[in-house]
Amino acid sequence: MADAVSQRIQSEIEANPVMLYMKGDAMFPQCGFSARVVQILSHLQVPFQTANVLEDPSLREGIKSFSNWPTIPQLYVKGEFVGGCDIVTEMFQSGELQTLFEEKGIPVIA
Amino acid sequence: MAAEFMEVGVGRRPDENRTREERIRGLICEALEPQMVAIENDSARHAGHAGAREMAERGAGGETHYLMLVVSGAFRGAGRVQRQRLVHEILADEFRTGLHALSLTLRTPEEQASASAA
Repeated sequence: MADAVSQRIQSEIEANPVMLYMKGDAMFPQCGFSARVVQILSHLQVPFQTANVLEDPSLREGIKSFSNWPTIPQLYVKGEFVGGCDIVTEMFQSGELQTLFEEKGIPVIA
Repeated sequence: MAAEFMEVGVGRRPDENRTREERIRGLICEALEPQMVAIENDSARHAGHAGAREMAERGAGGETHYLMLVVSGAFRGAGRVQRQRLVHEILADEFRTGLHALSLTLRTPEEQASASAA
């Protein structure tokens, strides 16, 4: 039986084309790495949802085991794990992130 | 064996004398035979924030946030997520003992050559 947290994450990443697990929220990120990913997504003007792991200790641990990834933030696009802050930043700088969004049918403004 | 016995006798493992940076370097060198490893301890810059405070309470103060560049042939043919997962696995014990944030730049020797030429 999949535990409740994994089920929650699975349904969130399926329901939201761009889903960011982060510390704080888009208005008030609580960590520099989370803030950077928010900044990139905002710059590209893609609609995204966030979940604040600091509000829920079970989510904070659950997201790490869900993706087998030890750090936060974590970005999911169309249900797939893309990466954390380093990967998102590198992909943005090289233009790959914009391409990924376009391929997944998510309009990018910038 | 004698050395090990002595270490046990004084109540600590040899590893505990090393800084986290030294342990990370040792683990990465052993596992990836890198051409280059650069590690920067960025903990001080994050000292005030929640993650660092929490780790300080768990006894990992000052050894929580790092930046690391690794250049290794082991990354050939692996995507970004795969490369980072490989490094995360090598450093799993460090994450368990209070390593909180690790910013990674992972390149093959070829990528490093074009990055330094650019």
